[in-house]
Amino acid sequence: MPRFKVNGRRVDYSGDPDMPLLWFLRDEQGLKGVKFGCGAALCGACTVHVNGEAVRSCVTPMASVEGASVTTIEGLSDGDTLHPVQEAWLEEDVPQCGYCQAGQIMAVAAFLEKTPNPTDADIDDGLTNICRCGTYHRLRKAVHRAAAMRGGRSS
Amino acid sequence: MNAPFISTRRDILRYGAAGGALIIAAPLGACSRAAKDAPFIEPPSLQWFEGAVGPFIVIKADETIEMGFPNPDMGQGVDTALPMLVAEELEVDFDKVKTVQMPLGIKMGDDGNMTWKHVPQGSGGSTSIPENWEVLRQAGALARGLLVSAAAVRFGVPAEELTVAKGVVTHEASGRSATYGALAEAAGSIAPPDAPPALKPREAFTIIGTPQKMKNARAIVTGRAIYGIDAALPGMLHAVMERCPYFDGTAISVDDSAARAVPGVVDVVKVRRPPLGEPYDVQAEGYAVVATSLWAAMKGRRALNIEWDHGPYADESSASFKRHCADLLAGTGQIVRDDGDFDAAFAGAAETYEATYWEPYVSHAPLEPQNALADVREDGVTIIAPTQTPSSCNRMVAEALQRERLDIEVLPTRLGGGFGRRLSNDYAVEAALISQTVKAPVKLLWTREDDLRHDFYRPAGMHHLKAAFDADGKLTGWTHRLASASKYYRRPNLPESEYWTSEFWDDDFPANIAENYRLEYFSARSGAPRGSWRAPAHTANAFVVQSFLNEIAHQRGEDPLGFRLRLLGDPRDIPYKNHGGPVFNPGRLAACLRLAAEKGGYGETMPKGRGRGIAGHFTFGGYCAQVVDVEVGEDGRLKTTRVVAAVDIGTVVNPNGVVAQLESGVNDGLSTALRLAIEVDGGRVTTGNFDTYPLMKIADAPPVIETHIIDNGDAPSGMGEMGIPPLAPALAHAIFEATGKRIRTLPIADQLRG
Repeated sequence: MPRFKVNGRRVDYSGDPDMPLLWFLRDEQGLKGVKFGCGAALCGACTVHVNGEAVRSCVTPMASVEGASVTTIEGLSDGDTLHPVQEAWLEEDVPQCGYCQAGQIMAVAAFLEKTPNPTDADIDDGLTNICRCGTYHRLRKAVHRAAAMRGGRSS
Repeated sequence: MNAPFISTRRDILRYGAAGGALIIAAPLGACSRAAKDAPFIEPPSLQWFEGAVGPFIVIKADETIEMGFPNPDMGQGVDTALPMLVAEELEVDFDKVKTVQMPLGIKMGDDGNMTWKHVPQGSGGSTSIPENWEVLRQAGALARGLLVSAAAVRFGVPAEELTVAKGVVTHEASGRSATYGALAEAAGSIAPPDAPPALKPREAFTIIGTPQKMKNARAIVTGRAIYGIDAALPGMLHAVMERCPYFDGTAISVDDSAARAVPGVVDVVKVRRPPLGEPYDVQAEGYAVVATSLWAAMKGRRALNIEWDHGPYADESSASFKRHCADLLAGTGQIVRDDGDFDAAFAGAAETYEATYWEPYVSHAPLEPQNALADVREDGVTIIAPTQTPSSCNRMVAEALQRERLDIEVLPTRLGGGFGRRLSNDYAVEAALISQTVKAPVKLLWTREDDLRHDFYRPAGMHHLKAAFDADGKLTGWTHRLASASKYYRRPNLPESEYWTSEFWDDDFPANIAENYRLEYFSARSGAPRGSWRAPAHTANAFVVQSFLNEIAHQRGEDPLGFRLRLLGDPRDIPYKNHGGPVFNPGRLAACLRLAAEKGGYGETMPKGRGRGIAGHFTFGGYCAQVVDVEVGEDGRLKTTRVVAAVDIGTVVNPNGVVAQLESGVNDGLSTALRLAIEVDGGRVTTGNFDTYPLMKIADAPPVIETHIIDNGDAPSGMGEMGIPPLAPALAHAIFEATGKRIRTLPIADQLRG
């Protein structure tokens, strides 16, 4: 029976160990900010943090998160104080339909931990989430803005 | 625009006081039931409709101002731009306005036909702004008038002596003032004015024309925005569905025993396909596995054992369809427009040109897979779904269930992308049929593979163009011959002789400019379902027409920009009877071309391996030109380094939204041109997920996109689609300038390698 943390809260799970984490978060935890886009780790709409790493929860079996700490978009901000990446997203007014954006933000938040001062080439190599609306132009600006807001540091 | 005055007759636009609030609205009737009796799980976008409050404007005593937007928001920004129209006349601080999606409002008209209860509520064809331009400003003006009248009564002064700003009514002579919140309840009891409220002149606008950020952005970045996939009802079951992968196929045998044995599975429900050749309600025969959880339903689906008949199109493949189109073009088609005498012009020309182009089927692929929540009950039906056309959803569900349309409430959610896919409501009909069978609320979810294999694809087709010029360089003849699979296939009561009408906009340039102008259509046979893909027909035809212009200019030794400008000629109104008319002014397109060229440095000498291309197109009332820069490596690797666009959509409501939609159109056009094609083999779509349908990622997106807006004060047209059509031909032109290679087949894929 995997026990792990979701957004700082302890949870137990006794169901099918093969079920992807995505469905546990959405359907059993009510964390609907985690989105389903492809089911094959190709689009990144389902991106969450597992022990601080960006993972695609649609292909992450429940059996693999034993003891882990999972953070979703709902747990990224500190109460009403948004994460710098969320702030940068609002400043640059990135979203259109918005469906991919929670996954984008989670991917970028983890990316900036490892690459606090990304170049455009770093962004091209490191960010592979799909935005069907094509917000990439603003998204790139928001990544740079978030990096500047964070002062170029890992937290 | 000819939108009617919002009548203050209470059957059209009701207002009144409820709980201390002024409500400019119609009571929701059917929609109030679901909100009251069936709480959703965290549905901030729907809680607002509790009780009999309605759309457009709610002003509460605590100064809260909420506005409903009638058209579904799929990312095009109507959740912001439409309430801006209301707020402009209402005179409120737009930052303080909360905006909410309106449920569908329809009613029985006096003639016995269903009609809109408030205003049209579809999102498609770039119509949301032009259709609401008058009526939503009138709603705001009416509310302002009522609030001013209430203040006049309260202060005992004539209304003419009052001024209004940012939600406060002031009587300057006496120094008295009152907020909208304080006046709201009294305003709800004021008698309606006798005359239509006067609308502000353009010079007085303080909100329209100012850049506003998207209203729902904060909910989105915190994961709280509610899409169709997030909706829930108490007692809801989950369903996924295995559909026949073969076009118009059916099951030969079905063994669902293993599926039914999966814990949590409660039923397996057959959904029939429509009769061959009949209009689609659902798309394909399928077997829905219904379970207490989504995961159980998915496992049950995997355990289904179905043998499918391969259907009447079992021999169709991408290659066979392309050959079929080429074979058709070798013959004579249906002449659907024939100005002058093209044959004579061609025979007598000093110079002639021709080229053939190919464009594949492409998919909409909104990132939110199709889904719908249906609750079919004795006393009514509730559909909660991401739909561009809630009224069509209502009608299709009513027909499928054999129910009255007024028994069916449709609550559109925010859409995780639309692009035309959600003009079709097949997924809602599926959910309704399943709910009807299992007698419980059912949430149906498609997978990505379901979505890519059961789309209504952008029609594929082969285009053959010919042009004739006289010795003076005048364009004397033009023909566009198109063999394609029309999206009007299987339309109700539409003969094949009309199929061309969805594939050609027959007044598009150079119609009415080339004296001898012929359009020839060949209706190709294909089993692939077809539908409207963002800027339908325009994306396909702008690529070939604009590419052909660039080829002709090159062969003639003319500059492609100057060549276009001389063909377009002076500003003038040319009749345009297609959607986006009634006129096309080539001068406005020329102005966009000139501006994009100037801002984009068109004509500068480019270093080796780089190219700069140009194209422009008129789409649904909007004019757009783009200059595209590319860099092509020696290995053929293509990088789009910059796009500079000029747009003219008349009056701009939200410049920030216009820029966002232009950026979206550029990236959509580029993504589609680079690598996207739906592959067919053996009478089925073989493309399955984003590995074989590789939507563009950030690495291929242009790092620089500039949008230059020409706001000439004309009535507004829409922005959602016109950003796409110029991209592919300008890109192909830039590639030619960089490499000397002509792109006549889309997608570009690996054509630049080797």
